[in-house]
This record gives sequence, C-alpha cells and structure tokens, in this order.
Amino acid sequence: MAEYILLRNRDIPAIDKLDVYLEHGGFAAFKQVVTEKQPQEVIEIVKVSGLRGRGGAGFPAGVKWSFLTPNVFPRYVVANADESEPGTFKDREILERNPFQFLEGVAICSFAAQANTAYVYCRGEFWDLAQTLEQKIAELYERGFLGENIFGSNYKLDIFVHLGAGAYICGEETALLESLEGKLGQPRLRPPFPAAEGLFAKPTVVNNVETLTNLPPIITRGADWFASIGTERSTGPKIFCLSGRIVRPGNYELPLGTTFRELIFEHGGGIPDGKSIKGIMPAGASSAILPGTDEVLDTPMDYESVAKIGSQLGSASLIILDETINLGWLAYKTTSFFKHESCGKCTPCREGTYWMYHILSRVKEGQGSPEDVELLREVAQGMEGKCLCALGEFAIMPVLTSIERFQLDYEALTGKNGS
Amino acid sequence: MLAEKYNQEIDQILAKYPPEEKRAAVLPLLYLAQREYGFVSIEAIDEIAKLLELDPTQVGGLVGFYTLLHEHPGGTYKIQICTDLPCALRGAEEFAGQLCENLGIQFGETTEDGTIMVEEVKCLAGCDRAPMFQVQEPDGIHYYEDQNIESAMGVIQELRKRGKRG
Amino acid sequence: MSEPLVTLTIDGIEVKVPAGTLIVDAAKRVGIDIPVFCYHPKMEPVGMCRMCLVEVGMPKVDRQTGEKVLDQSGQTVIEFRPKLETSCTTPVSEGMHVLVSSEVAQQGRQQIVEYILTSHPLDCPICDKGGECPLQNQTITAGPGKSRFLFEDKKHLDKHVPLGDLIFLDRERCIQCARCVRYQELVVDDPVLAFAERGRSLEIVTFSEPGFDSYFSGNTTDICPVGALTTADFRFGARPWEMNSAASVCNHCPVGCNTVLNTRREASTGGREVVKRVLPRQNEYVNEIWICDKGRFAHHYAASEERLKTPMIRKGKKLVKASWDQALDHAAAGLKDAASVFGLAGGRASNEDFFTLNRLVEGLDGQALLYDQMAGGDLVGQVGVGQGTNLSDLKAGDAILVMASDLHEEAPLWWLRVKNAAKRGVSLIVANSRDTRLDDFATYSLRYKLGQAVTTSLALLQAFSRKRDLTKYKAKSPVLEAIGLLKNATNLVVFYGRDGLRFEDTEALAEALASLLAASGHTGKANNGLIAVWSQANNQGAWDMGLKADPRALRKNLEMGGAAIVMAANPVGDEPDLRAGFEGLDFLVVQDLFLSETAALADVVFPAQTFIEREGSMTSGERRVQRYYPAVQAFGQSQPDWRILSQIAMRLGQKFEAASAASIFLMISEQIPAYKGINYQTLAEVEPQWPPVGGADLYYGGTTYENYQGLGVQLQPSSERGDPFEIRWHEPKKMPTRGKLWLIPVKNLYDRAVTSRSSPVLTDRLASLSLRINPDDAARLGIESGTTVSMSINGTSYEAPALIEEVVPKGQVIVDRSTGVAAVEPVSIDLEPTK
Ligand SMILES: Cc1cc2nc3c(=O)[nH]c(=O)nc-3n(C[C@H](O)[C@H](O)[C@H](O)COP(=O)(O)O)c2cc1C
Ligand code: SF4
Ligand code: FES
Repeated sequence: MAEYILLRNRDIPAIDKLDVYLEHGGFAAFKQVVTEKQPQEVIEIVKVSGLRGRGGAGFPAGVKWSFLTPNVFPRYVVANADESEPGTFKDREILERNPFQFLEGVAICSFAAQANTAYVYCRGEFWDLAQTLEQKIAELYERGFLGENIFGSNYKLDIFVHLGAGAYICGEETALLESLEGKLGQPRLRPPFPAAEGLFAKPTVVNNVETLTNLPPIITRGADWFASIGTERSTGPKIFCLSGRIVRPGNYELPLGTTFRELIFEHGGGIPDGKSIKGIMPAGASSAILPGTDEVLDTPMDYESVAKIGSQLGSASLIILDETINLGWLAYKTTSFFKHESCGKCTPCREGTYWMYHILSRVKEGQGSPEDVELLREVAQGMEGKCLCALGEFAIMPVLTSIERFQLDYEALTGKNGS
Repeated sequence: MLAEKYNQEIDQILAKYPPEEKRAAVLPLLYLAQREYGFVSIEAIDEIAKLLELDPTQVGGLVGFYTLLHEHPGGTYKIQICTDLPCALRGAEEFAGQLCENLGIQFGETTEDGTIMVEEVKCLAGCDRAPMFQVQEPDGIHYYEDQNIESAMGVIQELRKRGKRG
Repeated sequence: MSEPLVTLTIDGIEVKVPAGTLIVDAAKRVGIDIPVFCYHPKMEPVGMCRMCLVEVGMPKVDRQTGEKVLDQSGQTVIEFRPKLETSCTTPVSEGMHVLVSSEVAQQGRQQIVEYILTSHPLDCPICDKGGECPLQNQTITAGPGKSRFLFEDKKHLDKHVPLGDLIFLDRERCIQCARCVRYQELVVDDPVLAFAERGRSLEIVTFSEPGFDSYFSGNTTDICPVGALTTADFRFGARPWEMNSAASVCNHCPVGCNTVLNTRREASTGGREVVKRVLPRQNEYVNEIWICDKGRFAHHYAASEERLKTPMIRKGKKLVKASWDQALDHAAAGLKDAASVFGLAGGRASNEDFFTLNRLVEGLDGQALLYDQMAGGDLVGQVGVGQGTNLSDLKAGDAILVMASDLHEEAPLWWLRVKNAAKRGVSLIVANSRDTRLDDFATYSLRYKLGQAVTTSLALLQAFSRKRDLTKYKAKSPVLEAIGLLKNATNLVVFYGRDGLRFEDTEALAEALASLLAASGHTGKANNGLIAVWSQANNQGAWDMGLKADPRALRKNLEMGGAAIVMAANPVGDEPDLRAGFEGLDFLVVQDLFLSETAALADVVFPAQTFIEREGSMTSGERRVQRYYPAVQAFGQSQPDWRILSQIAMRLGQKFEAASAASIFLMISEQIPAYKGINYQTLAEVEPQWPPVGGADLYYGGTTYENYQGLGVQLQPSSERGDPFEIRWHEPKKMPTRGKLWLIPVKNLYDRAVTSRSSPVLTDRLASLSLRINPDDAARLGIESGTTVSMSINGTSYEAPALIEEVVPKGQVIVDRSTGVAAVEPVSIDLEPTK
C-alpha cells in the first residue's frame, strides 16, 4: 500500500508526539464533527463507509451505534483494548506508536454516540502502554481537545484508561463491561445488548481499537473514499497480524480482500527453512484451520470469502503452520488456552474445554486411541451451539477442523495404540 | 493503611467513575494494594471493601479470577513467559525450559533468594517477537521481546541486583 | 390477569400465558417440566447452566407480503432456529412453537448432564441431598445413562469447607449454577457469597466476617440443586426418606413463616423422635419460600435436656417432683384460696392457650395480661391490614412506613419483603431515632430525635386531618418530605415497633398511626393497614383473645398479693425489679419449658410443651391465623398449656369441655367476632401458588415444601367489617431525664433468650453484652473502644465493654436485650470509664 492509513507511524515515526500528529492533520476530523456536524450525521457517514468492527465479529460500526436506546443518558463509549487473542498484536502497535489517531477516533465515536465519558479498557499486561496513554490523554486535556467546551462548543468529553488484570474473556464485550464495573469478567446474557444496557446499565458503544482508529480518516477523506478500499462488503484497510512459521512475522496493513498468498508470500516472505505451508489459522487460536492449499491461498481475505471456504477472518491474526506441525499437538495448545481462559459461567464451555484438554493431553503424547479422537469430536460437537458466549464456540473450532481436515495427524499420534 | 498513605491517588482513581458506581474502582485499588504489599492480602481486601462500601467478598472473589492479581507473595519479580501457540511455534517452549534449567527452578517456583519466579503464561500480544516474556513486579509490568537465553539471563541479573537493593 | 395473553404451542399443547412469560414457566403452567439448574423462578434468569435447552420455532413469514407461509395442507410453516435455545431466558411470543421432548432437544440436554457429571463426585450414597437431589433426578430422567469421562481426570476439590459456622460447602459437588450467589446478592442483599477463580476451578467463596454473614443463609441449601451447600446441624444427620415431616409455623417472631419440621427417631435420644431440620413451607402471602436462619436453626431448645419434665411442687425452699394429679390439685387449691388471681402470658403461646387462660382467670374474677412492653394489639384488630394482603403485591405507587422498628433484627422476613418491595418501586419511609439496615433501601429515611416518635407521628397525622387540636404539630422538614410520599400512595402499610420507646409511647404511637391510616383512607382493605412488630410470635393472638399488655396493671396486680398463673413468660428474669413483687405473692403457678427465674419462685411448676410437640394456632402480625401440627412426642410428661389450664379449671369447678385444641378453637370462633366462621378445617385450606414447588420438580423451586396443610386465614380488621375507626390521639409525654445518656435496649435476632441459646450452631453468633456509643460521646467521656465502662440502673450497677460506632446517634447507648442488662425500655443513665 502506498500510504499507511492506520499504521501511520510507519510513514511518520514521531506521530506519537502530539505536535507531530497535529502537523499531519491531527484532530481536524474531531474538530469538524464537533463544530460542523450533528451526531446523527456522523453515524450516517460511518454507515456509508461500510466500516465493520475489527475486533472479530465484523459487525458494521455505524449500524451498531444507531441501536443506542434513544433519549437515555448518560451514555458511554468503551474502547476494547483487551487484545488477547493468541496471534493478535495489532491494537498494541496502534496504541504504542499512533496513539493520537486512536484517541481521536474514540472522541469522534463518543460525539456520535452523545457520550461524555469514554473508557479505554486495556488488558492488564499493557501496563506500560496504559501509563503512556494516560500521559497522552493528559496532553489532550491541556490543549483543550478533551474536557469541557471542546472547540468552543458545549460538547464535553472525558477519556479514562482502565486496566484489566489478566483474562482473555474480558475481550468479549459484555464480560469487559462486567469487569469494568468491578465484577468478575463473565459475559452477560444478551439481549439486552450494550447499546441498550451496557456500562452501568446505560447505553454503551463498545468498539475495537482498530475500528476506532479508522474514524479520523473516514471523516476527513469521506465515506466514499473509505468504501473504495477493499471489497464491496468488506471495506477499508485492515491490519493483518502474521505469526507462527513465517519468515517476517509482524503487522501488515493491507486492503481487505488481499489474498492469503500475497500476505504470506509477498509481504511475509513465505515459510522459513524451505518448508511448505500446511495450514493457516486466520483468526488466531479461535480459528477454523484452513489447509495451505492453492484454493485457500488464492482466496481474498475479506469476511465473506473466508467464510465461504469454511473459516472466519475474525481479527485477521494469521498463525502460519508449516509441514512439521502436528495438528493434534496444535489442538492441544489451543485447547489448553481455552481451558485456561474459560470463565466458567456456562456448563458446556467450562466442562467441555476441561474434558477436551484431558483427552488431548493423552493424544498428543501418543497415549490416545482412535476412540479417544472420536470421543473428542463428540465432546466438541456437543458444545456446539450451546455456549453462553462465543469463547466456547471458538474453543471447538481448531479441534473439530483439525480432526476433519488433518485426520492423518491424529492417525500418526494414535497409530501406536490404534486397534 | 492504603486509605491514609495513598489518599490522593485513591481520590484520583475514584474520580474516574460515577460516584454511585464506585465499585468500578476495585481493580485499580487491587493494583494499588499489590504495589503496597506485594500481593493482595486479606487485610487489603477488607480495606478496599471499606473504601468502596462493598462486602469483602465482592473484592476477594476477584483475585483468583484475574491472573495478574496474586493471593500469595510469590517472587518479587515474576518472569511470565508466553508459551502459547504462536510463541511456541517460534521456540518459546524450549526457551522457557532452558531458562528454568538455568535458574534451577520449575514453572511456578521462586528462586531461593525470593526474587525471581518463573511462570508460563498465555498470549501476551508479542507473538511476532518471540521468544518473549513480561516481568511483573509490584509496581508494574514490562515487556522483554526477541529474547534468547543470554539476553534473558542478563535481564534477570539486573532484576536481582535491583531486588537486593530494594 | 390484565396483561395481554400470548398463545404458543409447547410439545403440541396450546398454552396461553401473559406476554413476557419465559418459556420454562409457560411450560410449567401446562405441566411440562423443563429441567433447569441455574434458573429459579424467584430470580432473574442468567442462562448459565444451559440445561433448559429446547427447540424454538416461529411461523415462517413471507418477507414481501408479511403473511405467514402455508404448506400444501394449509398449515403454517414453522421455521426452527438453528441452535437450541435456553428456555429460561427466552420469553414467549405469539405463534411460537417449542419442542421440549424432540430428539434434538433431549439429546442437547443429555449432553449438558454429561458435562455436568464429568466434574461431579457422584458421592450420592453419602450425600445429604441424595433422595431429593435435582441433579440425581435429572441424571435419571434427562441424562445419558453412562459417562465417557475418565474417572482419573476428575478434579478433586475440598469437600468440607465451612462457609462460616452454619453452612458447609462441598466444592466437588458444586455445579456452578450461581443460585446461591445470586440469591444472596439479589434476593437478600447480603452479597457475601461470590465466585472466585475461573473455568473448571470456579468456586464459591465468602470473605465476610463471620463467614457467610447473612440472616438468610440457610435458604441457599434449599435452592442449591445439588448437595454442595448443607447446613452445619443437618449434614450427614439423616437421609431425606428416613424422616417424617409435620407442618408447622415458626414460633420466633410475628411474621409466622410456614415451615416443615423433619423428624426422626434417634438412638442418641433413646429412640425418641427429634427434629432434624426445619425447612420453609411455601406461603406466598407470608414467607414465600424462605425462612430466616433463626427459624431454621433455633429449634434445639425443644430437645434440651434442661427442659422441665415433670410437674413440681414447692416443699419449703425446694421444688420437688410431683405427679400431675398432685400438682393440679395443689394449684387448684392455691388459686381457690387466693384473695385475688391474675394471669400473665408470654407471646410464644397459642391462641388456644391464651383463650383458656383468659377464661380461667376471668372465672376467678381476675385479669389475664400479656407480658410485653408494647401496646396497640387492639388497634391492629381495628385497622390491621385487610384480608388478602400480600406484601409482594405492593408496587410502584404504593407506600410502606416503618416506624420505630429494626425489621432486620425483629422480623427478618418482613425486612426482606419490605426491602424487595422498595426495590420494586414502592415508596419506603423508614422512621426511627437511629439508623437501621432498612434505611439502605429507604426512599426516605425520616430521622427523629429520641423521644420524638409520637410527635413525629402526630405531625404526619395532621397532614391528613382537619382536627384543630392537631395544628400545633404542623410538619416541618424532614417530616414534610415523608408526607409528600404518603400523600401519593395508592396503598399504605404501616409497621410500628418499640425501638427507643417506652410502653406509654407505644400506646400513643400506635394510636396516632392507626389514626393516620384512617384519616388517609388506608383502612379496611387489602394491602392497607397497621402491622405491629411484636417481640414474640403470637402477641397479636393474645390481644385478640382479650389479653392486653399493660405493665402498670401488672404492677398493680403484684401489689395486691394474691395468686398468679404465669404461662410462657419469665418476668423476673427480664425485669429483676419485679422479683420482690412475685416473691410477695401468696401463690404462684408457672407453666413453662424451663425452670426460669420466675418458675423458681413458684409454688407449682408445670412442664409445658413447645409448639413442636403439639398442635395449635397462632395469629401473625398481619393477622393471619395459622395452624401448626405436632411433630414429635411430648417431652417428658409435658402437656400443652391449654390442657394444663383446663384441668385446673375443671378442678375449680369451671365448666370447660376442652378435649382438644380444635374444640377450643371452635369456642374462639363462637366468642370472638373477628374469628367467626374459622375453624381448623378452614385454616387447613390451600390454593394453587406460584411458583409451584416441592413435588417431583425439586430442581425448579428447591427443597422448599409445597403447602398442602393450609395457608391460614387472614382476619378482617373491624374497619373492614363495617366499623370505621374514629381518629384519636394522645399528647406525647416527655421522657424524664436523669443522666446524660439514654440506654436503648434493642432487639438482636440472635438474642440470648432460652429459645435461641441452646442451638449449638448459633452459639458463636449470639448477641453479647456491649454498650455501643457514638464517637463524640465516647471522646467527651474519655471512653476508648473495647474498654470497660460502668453504669447503674435502678440501683444495680453494670460493667460492660464499650464499642464506639459511627451509626449510634449522639446521646444514645445501644445495648442488645437479653445480654445481661436488665432494661426493657429506654433508661436515662450515666456512663463512665472503669479505672
Ligand atoms: C472470547 C472473546 C474474546 C474477544 N476478545 C476481543 C478482544 O480482545 N478485542 C476486541 O476488540 N474484541 C474482542 N472480542 C469481540 C468483542 O466481543 C466485540 O465484538 C468487539 O469489541 C466489538 O468491537 P468491534 O465491533 O469494533 O469489533 C472478543 C469476543 C469474544 C467472544
Ligand atoms: S462460553 Fe465459556 S467463556 Fe463464554 S460464558 Fe461460557 S464458560 Fe464463560
Ligand atoms: S440455562 Fe436455563 S436453567 Fe440454566
């Protein structure tokens, strides 16, 4: 891509300094909305831009904002900076290196939502980052971009950083809200959705960091410009996180709809040590695993196309697997993650992840039988569609797809014991 | 007592949340307690409960849920190595194993001098720079990325020095 | 029902239910049991356990036309949702089709049971819940029959975790349904249970001091769908199927909670039947499906070896055992010879006992009194709550006034229901001279100065009355705010007690409040009226039977010398300065459970039965007459009070054909107008209640018993029977001050009365002697918290530790009754630090 839209730090390394950010057009978008636009207009622009949530679910941002219960105040905006999906590290780069664009996005979203308070919920491990972010926010107050009477209007906005304390489930938006309220981070029943009853039971918008960082350019350059990037239904740029068996791991900002092949081989430099690609996890540990076939590699990475080949784009955190990886071992790794992170609130996830973990512990050590694998599949299938939140559903993805799509790996592991 | 010693800081924390939603301040206050005592003691739980007008149960129940809060002192510096899938694909498990060997302890254990504790943790959003770990100390968490055994032992040596002085 | 009805089909059965009903409840109404674990009909759904999965379909609608799509045969096509839905969280909608017993739904639920069992210890043979366990039942009806989980993978956890001294937790059995946590947080507002850890390690914890600090903790053992929570005094004590059960009514406070006494013959008691546990029995008018921990745990006194077993007669200085005939003859002779006779009864006795005592004493030209320090039972008879009152029916727009009472300590279930009414939007005014736990939920806390209760009530009254004499009580703030709330009330219920009041204040207060209700049009109908927060369970019954509380009359009677019959009361213990009066009597008959200080002075002592051993009826504070049944055999030679009295009466030649409690009750209904038409059969009538509990669907409401022994009958107050109440009032009387402080005796639920102190599990929670004082007063007097202070009351000096507490108002010293300071009403004192 010629020019970075989100990772502008790559073009302008000092953009994390407020003066530099302002020199490069910073806060023009926020000023424009506050002084020239009605909240409803901003929502319309974002709807037209086609911006979809970058936190995983890909829900259209503008549409979500329009669900806020009318005439109920105060309202809140919460930026989801919990980034904990294994293989995901894009929000971190934005927050570390291009923080003002993100904060301006939070401000625009708050204005559109008619919220006077926004919280940035950072995962606890982002301790250093949260400290810096607080300094940046303090600078914004000093310059009058936050606080009372912003740009001479009667709009008022406070942004606070709230640090989580180590729990993947707090990335799920309702668990996040519970955690922010000082409770155990366990998901809430939905409905009511946060837009109706969110933080402190008030209408609330929850958006991912990357989603929000898209807002300033959408305002300054227009919804049509944004919609011209990417595909028809998956518009705009996206940060793809590349990790695993790849020559150049890291973040890549590319239009949605870029093919797997282009990302992995052109930008990522392909598979190290001359190995071949065995599989791709496009959405971090929560992925339905895709085989590294040509059909897959030539698929554009947009929400629809990836769904069509039997997976999800999710947060676009690609974990690349080479030929040496046994997928039974991999399923053990992801399951041990989900077992550790299951909040315990609902039965199938709490018990299912624990059960699967025990079966896989045996299987990956070569102590399992084909019957164990069959049982594993049934346990996973039994969880399907029964969990309270998506974590439980995520947990079974790598298990079921590894059994279905990489059967030989399990045969290799259970061969000794196989009857 | 937290209330007296950190009077101002506590007011700042409380100011972030609506006055009738004080409970939201519980995580920040638990961090404060951990900074003061090195871990979350029963006394700290009672203090926080009093500050926020909660039952101690509403505070104490959180500690075990969140991995960065500790019910026991453990080592002063907690070396938390990510061995989750993406890091494991880049050699983190071997790295973690070697580090333990060098320190002569197992995961979850603390060196005899009480300064260094090693733990395996889940993804820290540093997958592209594996092997990596974070160090949790009473007053913060810092990342160390693109590590190897030599660099990691260097970090640990520095921490030990600081630990002795402190 | 006024809400719009929705029609849906559940397993082919058409159901009509109000809009907003959850599928699980709709199914219940047509007798289809959908298994649940986390859902409880008394709590908001959370959808955690996923047990209640069903298939849900809606008529297919053509997007273009908006019409329902029909198949070839003209039937609407039903589109089923791709996933199973939790029926506990899904409200019904018009035309919905629910499949509970389809193969898919059954299989889904089977899987959930299998998951739950993977971490369950399956120790049913030694589990208290075995035999009445929802998990056990559902494993049999909805489970897969066989687990594929490897036993060695099972997580082993602590099995005997005391959550305080009343409730034990078995961590292995817990299925993380959060019923207990949610109950504590939402139903009783004691958030002292929480989840800690996460995932499979999720566990219940308490950090309160003492552990699981709540007056309602026992109820969690009923709603726990497994054997994870058990009570300290019942665990491993008996299997459910070995026990007998008898319907009863709690005897500890005027709420009158309906209970069941589970009993069993014990080797340790020589084969005698004893109470193993007390469980709530549903009565949605009274206690819903809950009881407080006192009602649950304070029953052991009935089996105490210290109880009186035989009659006793005084021989010189000693009381010696006697036969019933000897003792009855002796009592009759003593009473016959006496120049005068009076009766004195405690509020623990039954209506039949009071009635018999009154008749007996009247026959001897004497007066029968209720031993109590609070007046107003007659007024409650006139303007008490109307028939059909249910505190759960009060809603936004209605109001409750609670005056001079600490409901949390005095009548826990009323506290719970009043607080929950306030949470539903009822305006709650809490008026007292000090802060109580109900204030946390008050719409408005009306704080008056000690001694100003009557003045305050008159200020409320004047707002609704044009009587000229009242104008001097013109309300100022803060009373004005309360008046504002009262003026807007559709329905109004007023509770009053005696917190910080002397007897004469309670007379004036009750009168003013009765007048307030009458003046504001809140008498003679359901959900309106006066409720007295009596110190004991059946004081209202005593008043209705013609026994008044009147301390002045008591002293006058004592002055006359003569004879007395004391029943279920211990005046000498409660008021040591009455000792001389009782010692001065010519003849004293006492019938009681224990050899009390009063009984020790008696000429004849009769062993009475507790409510556990006999039948009878009581009238609650809401004037609901309720019947209780015998649960165990008589203790020793003890007899019910009415029988003792009627045998004396017969020896005195009174015509008294009392063969049973029921026959006495017939006399009551003939002679006491409010009780007209009521008999033991009408008291035993029931009606269907929601939610359904007991029966086969234990998992739904918990182990609470279904009520098939009677909901009782709520009496009509005379204002409802066409006899309007005339507004009247008395001038307030100043409290004479001698010292600088006022000692205020207050009720602590776990007082040291004989009926609570013999329960071993409650020992650590019993009230202990301390004088609670405001920090300013303490500073002024140089008193430090925890140090010993001294004071003197009527010539007796006391030493006790002082506790400095912010909530104590200036000028007051709070002491729990029964902890050793003989004060039944506020006394003026001086306090000094002990050197
Ligand atoms: C288990 C789980 C973990 C999640 N973690 C994150 C996360 O770390 N960051 C994030 O932005 N969204 C996460 N989400 C998605 C959020 O629930 C939510 O959809 C998102 O914050 C909405 O923002 P968006 O519309 O801008 O994507 C997670 C969802 C689930 C079910
Ligand atoms: S699916 Fe897992 S994480 Fe989500 S509510 Fe259930 S137990 Fe918690
Ligand atoms: S999820 Fe419906 S009863 Fe638990």
